[in-house]
Amino acid sequence: MTWLGDNWRTVLDLAVSHLYLAGVPLVIGLVLALPLGWAAKRWAGAYPVIITGTGLLYTIPSLALFVMMPLLLGTKILDPVNVLVAMTIYTVALLVRTVADGLRAVPDHVEQAATAMGYRGLRRLFGVELPLALPVIAAGLRVAAVSNVSIVSVASVVGVSQLGDLLVDGYNRVIWGELLTGILACVLLALLLDLVIQAGTRALTPWVRAQGGRP
Amino acid sequence: MIPSLISWLTDPASWSGEDGIPTRLLEHLGYTLLTVVLAAVVAIPLGLWVGHTGRARWLVSLTNSVRAVPTLGLLFAVSLLLGPRISGELAFLVPSIVVLVILAIPPILAGTYAGIEAVSPAVRDAARGVGMTGWQVVRSVEVPNGMPLLLSGIRSAVLQVVATATIAALVGLGGLGRYLIDGIALGDYPRAAGGALLVAVLAVVLDGVLALVQRRVVSPGLTAGARSGRQGRGGSRGGPAGLAGGGRRGGVSGSGKDSADEMVEGERFVGETRAPL
Repeated sequence: MTWLGDNWRTVLDLAVSHLYLAGVPLVIGLVLALPLGWAAKRWAGAYPVIITGTGLLYTIPSLALFVMMPLLLGTKILDPVNVLVAMTIYTVALLVRTVADGLRAVPDHVEQAATAMGYRGLRRLFGVELPLALPVIAAGLRVAAVSNVSIVSVASVVGVSQLGDLLVDGYNRVIWGELLTGILACVLLALLLDLVIQAGTRALTPWVRAQGGRP
Repeated sequence: MIPSLISWLTDPASWSGEDGIPTRLLEHLGYTLLTVVLAAVVAIPLGLWVGHTGRARWLVSLTNSVRAVPTLGLLFAVSLLLGPRISGELAFLVPSIVVLVILAIPPILAGTYAGIEAVSPAVRDAARGVGMTGWQVVRSVEVPNGMPLLLSGIRSAVLQVVATATIAALVGLGGLGRYLIDGIALGDYPRAAGGALLVAVLAVVLDGVLALVQRRVVSPGLTAGARSGRQGRGGSRGGPAGLAGGGRRGGVSGSGKDSADEMVEGERFVGETRAPL
């Protein structure tokens, strides 16, 4: 407790970088996953290719991906861009499947009804299919958010500063207060992101509440 | 950078001795096997029990919430706690293995539970109806039907362990993670990148092998169901739901709301069991 009292400013700064490193890839990842997921739904042949490809990316351990990034991007090893790109890759890998499956779960008769009412192409996608797939996509986004927060802490090993620094330093110098603060701060940050996404989903899908919580 | 990486990988010195690639690779595989077996011994019976009886479901959500705890922090805390209490070589090994087991339990537990849970009540009732005992229902109906999800639980546990064992080199564990951690510490980038490449290849190959095992072990009855499921667009996703989905598809078409529900559940499960790191 005393450790936190003396160092709360540092913790706050690190939490902000942590949020940045975990949150920005979440947004970019979602934006990239939407067209990919849509393509996987639209063309039956593309589905296995896209899902297997992104699944493959997801199997690569985080530390290995962080270390390989400079090779792929030509950046310096300490560059935070490595972490941002790696986290974006993970987010896309996780969300593409969610988006594709969410869109596939929209019942045929709903799509047909929308078409009959004059919804076409992009308007049908944004007006009907995407909103209906939203609860599924949001569930995936929540998982991605929590896992991003946890993975980002590993970036301390490659010298990119965030809450993980507290873990490494607390361990190296055996300062329990620092180590536990780091763990707690990571958990709280994950919780916070999760709550924000949940609140956003609630606001965007008012019909779910109207049906008594069933999507 | 790439030429130096290749020269590290092709240097005979990288391939021999205590710190050689074959030794480190075997260590890594050894930790993975040990951990996943230990975790499975705990998690599979527990998952079968929770799935079969429907009791203590909070157990699954509890172990899932472990996920929010940063792996790195868990690793450090457990080694600080246990390390000084254990003497010799084991001081490095035991804390890491303990953490790896803790992390491997949730995906296997969730997979087993979800697999059993997804078995259609109609199928279960039929099994009871032909006179099967509780244990027979578990063994001959629920386990084979839940096998796809059980195995994907094990698959994600393996990936999780391969990734976390790499990081555990920070607290003194051997394995391929040594190249990454030592390479970074010494400023020897080719070594770190070489290690990263080896770990990535190991993860992808293991996952591929397990995918093949999954295909072989899963009952052909289930895969046939999945195939017809894929044609029925908008219905359940086949695969995991297996017979359960088959039953529903036979009924009135357009139970869209149900399948959307199932999708959310299924997706949450898939996502949660496949966290890297």
